[in-house]
This record gives sequence, C-alpha cells and structure tokens, in this order.
Amino acid sequence: MKLELRGITKRFGALVANDHIDLRVEPGEIHCLLGENGAGKSTLMNVLYGLYTADEGEILLDDEVQRFTGPGDAMAAGIGMVHQHFMLIPVFTVAENVMLGHEETKAAGRLDLDAARRRVREIADRFGFHVDPDALVEDLPVGVQQRVEIIKALSRDARVLVFDEPTAVLTPQETDELMAVMRRLKEGGAAIVFITHKLREVREVADRITVVRRGRIVGEASPTSTDAELAALMVGRAVELTVPKEAPRPTASALEVRGLEVTDPTGAVVVDDVSFTVRGGEVLVVAGVQGNGQTELAEALVGLQPASGGSVTLDGTELLGRSVRQVLDAGVGIVPEDRTHDGLVGAFTVAENLVLDRTDGPPFARAGQLQLGLRDRFAAEKVEEFDIRTQGIDTPVGRLSGGNQQKVVLARELSRDLRLLVASQPTRGVDVGSIEFIHRRIVETRDAGVPVVVVSTELDEAVALGDRILVMYRGRVVGVVPATTPRDVLGLMMAGIPQTEGASA
Amino acid sequence: MTTLAPTPSSSPAPQEGATAVVARHVAVVSRKAVVASGVLTLLLALLVALAPHAGLARFRFSSETDLFRIPSVAVPGQTVAWVCVVLAVLVTAGMALLVRAGRRVPVVLSALLAVLLVVGFLAWAGAGSDRDFPVVRLVGGSVLLAVPIVFGALGGVLGERAGVVNIAIEAQLLAGAFTAAVVGSLTDSPWAGLLAAVLAGALVALVLGLFTITYKVDQVIVGVVLNVLVIGLTSFLYSQVLVPSADRLNSTTRFPPVAVPLLSEVPVLGPALFRQSVVVYLMYLAVPAVWFALYRTRWGLRLRAVGEHPKAADTVGIKVQRTRYVAVLVAGGIVGLGGAFYTVVSVSSFGKEMTAGAGFIALAAVIFGKWDPVRAALAALLFGAASNLEGALSIVGAPVPSQFMLMLPYVVTVLAVAGLVGRSRGPAASGQPYVKE
Repeated sequence: MKLELRGITKRFGALVANDHIDLRVEPGEIHCLLGENGAGKSTLMNVLYGLYTADEGEILLDDEVQRFTGPGDAMAAGIGMVHQHFMLIPVFTVAENVMLGHEETKAAGRLDLDAARRRVREIADRFGFHVDPDALVEDLPVGVQQRVEIIKALSRDARVLVFDEPTAVLTPQETDELMAVMRRLKEGGAAIVFITHKLREVREVADRITVVRRGRIVGEASPTSTDAELAALMVGRAVELTVPKEAPRPTASALEVRGLEVTDPTGAVVVDDVSFTVRGGEVLVVAGVQGNGQTELAEALVGLQPASGGSVTLDGTELLGRSVRQVLDAGVGIVPEDRTHDGLVGAFTVAENLVLDRTDGPPFARAGQLQLGLRDRFAAEKVEEFDIRTQGIDTPVGRLSGGNQQKVVLARELSRDLRLLVASQPTRGVDVGSIEFIHRRIVETRDAGVPVVVVSTELDEAVALGDRILVMYRGRVVGVVPATTPRDVLGLMMAGIPQTEGASA
Repeated sequence: MTTLAPTPSSSPAPQEGATAVVARHVAVVSRKAVVASGVLTLLLALLVALAPHAGLARFRFSSETDLFRIPSVAVPGQTVAWVCVVLAVLVTAGMALLVRAGRRVPVVLSALLAVLLVVGFLAWAGAGSDRDFPVVRLVGGSVLLAVPIVFGALGGVLGERAGVVNIAIEAQLLAGAFTAAVVGSLTDSPWAGLLAAVLAGALVALVLGLFTITYKVDQVIVGVVLNVLVIGLTSFLYSQVLVPSADRLNSTTRFPPVAVPLLSEVPVLGPALFRQSVVVYLMYLAVPAVWFALYRTRWGLRLRAVGEHPKAADTVGIKVQRTRYVAVLVAGGIVGLGGAFYTVVSVSSFGKEMTAGAGFIALAAVIFGKWDPVRAALAALLFGAASNLEGALSIVGAPVPSQFMLMLPYVVTVLAVAGLVGRSRGPAASGQPYVKE
C-alpha cells in the first residue's frame, strides 16, 4: 500500500510542530524519518495514526484521501504503529493485548482466547519470534514487548508500518534483530516508516531518508551519506560528533562503591552486589540497556533510594544512610534522570530553580528571608555562563526547551563546590547543540579533579564521554572496560555476556 | 514492616543468546499478619482472663420449621474460649515460623485464626446466658446486612476497573433507597421500586460521569460532593414531602421471602441463605455475572484496558470516554439496586440517611477485595458479619457495651484496608481522567 502525506500542518498554540510536510512511502520500501528530539517526527506520525487531527493537509493511501477520526480508522485503513512507549497493557497477557480492540467472541459473548493465541503463534512463527501468548506483558523483557507490539500491528493486516524510535530500549544485538525483521516486512511488500535520530541505524536499513528539522522537511539524503553529513542536515550546521578531551589525570579523591544492593518493593534485587571505584579526574559511564538497574544505582548513590546493603564512600566518608540533604552538603552534584520530574519545578522561574537546593542558609537566605537581589544576579550570571536560552530569569522553567532545562539543572549543580558529580541520562531529549555543551561541561568538571559518574543508555555517549565504561545487566556489573573497547563487545556485554566470553564467541 | 529473605532466583529466562546472568529475587514477606494475629489473640486472652464467665454457652443450629434438625450444642464457655486462645497462639506461632523461613503466610491460616477468635469470643460472651446463640440467624443476618454493601462493592469494582473512582457509592445507595420507597409506594409494586432504584443509581452515576469523564474534575472531589448533595436532597425531600404524606409516598409493599426448594433445607446454611427475598437472590446472581462480564467478555476486556492504560486502549480504536461512561452507568445501576434493598426488603419506608455509611464500607470492600468482584463480595460479607455480631450479642445479653460492637465493622474495615491481606494493586489508571492531546 502506498502512503502519501500532503501538506500536513499541525499547530499546538503558537508552536508549529509540523509545517506543510509532504512525504511519500512506497510499498516494499523503508523510509527513514530522521530528526532531532522535538523536530516533529512523532507529531507527524500521530497525525497519520489518527491520534492528532491535522490543521491542514491530507493523508492518502493508494491515492485515496483518508479521513481519520481516531486510531481505529487508521488501523482499519491498514496503518500499524509500533509506539516508542509501548501501547501494551502490562497486566494483560500477550494474547489479550493482541486481541484488544478486535476481539473474536464465542457463544454467550465469551472471548475467544484460543483464536487469539493461534493468531499470536502464527505470526510469531512467521518471523521466528519466541513469544508465549499466555505470558503477562509486564513479565517480558522490553525487546520481547516490542515484538508483541509488532505482532499486534500485523494481526490487523497492517500494510503501512510505522516504527517510532523503536531502538531506544534495545541492546545493539536486539537492534540488529529488529532491522532484520524490518527487512523481512519490507520484502513482504509493507511500506515502512522508520523514525529515529540515530544515524548509524538509518544508514544501515533505510532505502530513502527524509530529514526533519523544527517541523519542516529540510531535505532528502541518500543512505550512503556519512554520519557527519546526516548530522549536519539534521541540526542545520556542522556538528562535532566526538567529545574533545585529554587523557585523564587521576587525583587522590575517589568514590568507592562496595557490594551495593538495592531491592525494590516486590523483592526484585535491582542493584545486585555492585562494586566500583571512580578516581577524581575520571569519568565512569554506567552503560546498559534501560531498566537494568542503572536508575536505581544512581538514586542509591545520592540517597534517593534506600540501599539494602553495601557501602558508598566518598573520600573515606560513608554516604549511605544519609539524607539527600546531607549527601548534597557532602558535595555531591546530582543531575537526575527525569529533569521535569525530579530536577526542576516546572512552574518556578529559571532563577528560583537555579537556587532550589540552596534556600536554607546563606548566601541565598538570611534570617529566613530569601535574598532575591543576590539570587537574580546569580541567575543572570549562570544564564550567561551556561548559554541558557530563555526570555529572562523570570520565565517559568517549564517553558524552556529540553536542552535549556537540562542546562538549568547542570548550572545549579555545577555552581556548588563539587566533590562528586552523578549525572543520569544527561542528554536525553536534548538537542544536539546542547548535547555538545553539556558534554563539554562534564569533561571540564572531570578535569577539575572531580570524580564523575554518568549513567547513559546511549552507546555513542558512553564511548564519547567515558574514560571507563561499566556495563550493567539485570542489576549486576558485567564488567568495567576502557572506553576504547570495540562496540560489538560492549553490545554483547549489554546483553549480559562478559568480555572474555564475548571475545571468544 | 517487611523482612527480606533470600530465595533461589526465579525469573523468566533471558532472551536467546544471553547468558546465565539471571536477575535475583528476594521474597518480600509481610509480618503484618503475624503481628495482627498476635495482638488479636492477646486481646482475646486478656478478655477471657480478666473477665471470666462461668456457665454454658449454647449454640442453636436450626429452627423448629427445619426439615433436618441439628440438636443445639451447649459447651462450657470459659473452657472453650481458653481452648480457642491456645489454638490461636499455635496458629500465630506457625505463621511466625513461616515468616522466619521467608515464606508467605497462606490465607487459610489467617482465616482459621479468624474463626478461632470468633468462636472463642462467642463462647466467652455467651457463657452463663440463659439464651442460646441462633447460629442460623447469625449467618442469615450477616448476609442481609451485607446485601447493600455487596451491590455497592460490585459497582465500585466496575467503576474503578474502568478508571473512575466511585466515592459516590453512598449517594447511589441512598438515591436508590429513596426512589424505591417513593415509586414502590406510589405503584404499590416492589418491582417498580426496584427498577426505579436502578435508574436513580444510574442517574447519580451520570452526574459523576459527566463531571469526571467529560469535564475531568477530580474524581474524589466529585464523589464526595455527590454524597453530600444526595444526603441533603433526600433528607430535605424526606422531611418536606415524605413525612407529610407518608401513607401514600413512603410505605412500600416489601418483597416476601421465598424459599428455594431443596437448597433451603440444607442444615444451618439453607435457611440462612435460601429463605430470602428476590433481591438477595439477585445478589447471588450479580456477583458471578459481574465476574463473568469483567473477565470473560469483550466488554470486560475493554473496560479493564481503559482502566489500566487508556492511551493504549485508544490506540487500538477503543472509545475510552464511552467505555468509561457505560461502566459507570452500569455500576450506578447495580449500586442503586442495592439501595432498593433498604426500602423494599429490609423495611417498608425510607428514613433519613438510612444507608448509614454502607457506601463507604463498600468502598473499603473494593480495596480489601483487590478490585475483584468475588473477593470484594466476600469482603462485604465479612463487614456484614462484623455488623451483625452486635445484634447477636445483645440477644444473649453479653457483657459488651453495644457501642463497642457498633465500632466493630469500622475497625475491621481499617485493619483490612491497612493491608492485612497483603498488598493490593489497583487498576493503574484508576482516578485519572483521560486527556487526549
């Protein structure tokens, strides 16, 4: 089935998320939509899928204009979508998820689960997936959950398949498998739209590439383009893809983690006997596929989650068992994983957020009174220093872009005298320009002799930023390796295969 | 209060190609059951020791009209109470050993303990009394008191499973009771009253739905406001309209009890459960019917999907708002039916605030029953039994101040909701309006 979008425009208030976008996807073709976070790719696909209504423009399938009032219409027309955040019901089984919305019934209105199981098995067999139709979705690894999403789309005979950032949660090996599945679908005659911001994946699998920037199509690229060319097209200027940094100069200061263990309320050991040391002047990147305990590790380090065992010492002082306030006072800087949730108060101004953790004493508070003048001078200084693009220090921080919000967090944390910096996913949802800046500041912090722990699920970032890389899998340390380790070895480690075995395999 | 104990790992095997690295699990064992059992056993022991009662406690199991008669049993109350205390101590010790070994406490043990404590308490309370405990009436009375709570809980389960917290169960019960009284009196037909109650419950639900689903007002606030509104409205109409013309507007013909052939002749349970009115039989049908609808039909699957992850439901073409409306309306109708019980079965006239908080107990039963219709109904029965104990004790003239017994159902509610039965996880999107961007 041929998909064509003509002049799609979608506005949210003053923001034009999609500006007259034209796109054609032929059957048997993988069409890649490349663009930064916030470029409007997902908005476009949500329009296509009937989740949003376009303000202008039309959608054509095999040259027929479609009117979608909801996802049901889009699905009936043959459009399937594998969502970035899986649209699966965690407490339902695979079969129930696949049948939902087009259930077959037996006498007395009983659900025909057997039919759904057969359907799951049949599609799974066709693609060599190993999926148990009766498994609860929440018990499945993310890679398998994604396959359930694919099965769901195929079970409705989708002829146009949209993959929205499908590789964000996958190991490199799982990504390769997904690419193979996409190729097989393509050979079966499906029209595939592949949305991503990862350059390597694009070049590997795309037949055609359309680059989106700030809601507009800025050009087509051929799959033979280099990373640098694609990045320049995506960002609109030449981009430094590597982080310039010198060899680390270790200092005496150090963070020592011994046998750290964190247990979640259900009894799962999410951080299992983790030990490592980070010297001052060194960046240790904690890598791994999302959900393998990195979040909990970072939160336990700074006291946001109680540890059930082990020790964390910074220059010989124990950090475990202290309150977050005490950990902050010990000189620990925290860049939390979810800045809008944990890092900032969205309705507070830039200035207020910049002193959020320093309002209980001098210099920003005296005799219980906030020193507003001092605060504003400080804020203006930091806005300048960190190149925070804002209309003013009185703008609510929630109105800033992701990259600028992250700079506010970073500015706040780096403006104290640090003895340790823990940064979780510092560049998630951040534009390329800000990524460069954030990386540079993290390296500067390292060069000032501070131990730095960065949690990242992006292999590129881990390799670019880290001096050493610690790979976690299912709560455990698979290994700590130099950043020069080959990518395929790192990829295997992220799937739980230690370096030596990986090398011999 | 939890304790951690290591157990062998038990997690799904990693994907193909992965290694022997398997996530470790430790069992999280709650000590709550042990602590609560210990405290309750101790209380009973103190009661029996500090206020000993001499004499026999008599339990009557059948009435004169029964086909099969079981002779009454007379036991030395104090001795039986002590035996129960000793057994309860043993059961508690067993629970403690299980927890230390890192195992879960089976529900059977908790239930056994509850039975021991109740029997011990009754034996102590009834000792030396010249009346005997009518066990049949004890069971039957529990069922009767539980009827509105069961209907309320079923409505609550349906609403929450679809993502709408129904705090307004009380309002729906009261509206049902009021409407059934008026319509039942005017038409002189309890059936008409019953039907009107269903509509009244659904009408309150419609208001709830309008504000929470369409206008996305906080569900708890709307629920509370509806409760206050309906209490005020029915009280006003009662004193201004019903009282002046009580004969015409507020005296219903009640449903007579109907004995089910055979079943009603089963000893003890038969007369208690199967010589009831049609509303009670409707309850027996409603519980499995709601269970079936929720777990075995397309409607139920979609309803649960909407309550767990409305956006996912939307992306497969399910109309979230419509599904929620239907669920809330059906739930309201069921609760309204329960409200009719007050005025066409229990008594034959409406009284101010006659539901007396049953709607809130039903809300607790929803949580206690872990959002499952069958469990919630059983929880409602438990609350009914707790309420009924007060009546039973006053029959034998037990030396317990009735105010204490009146508190019992609420104490049971608090303990139950505090998680004595283990952790309960509600529908993920319960209480959250679905906002489509």
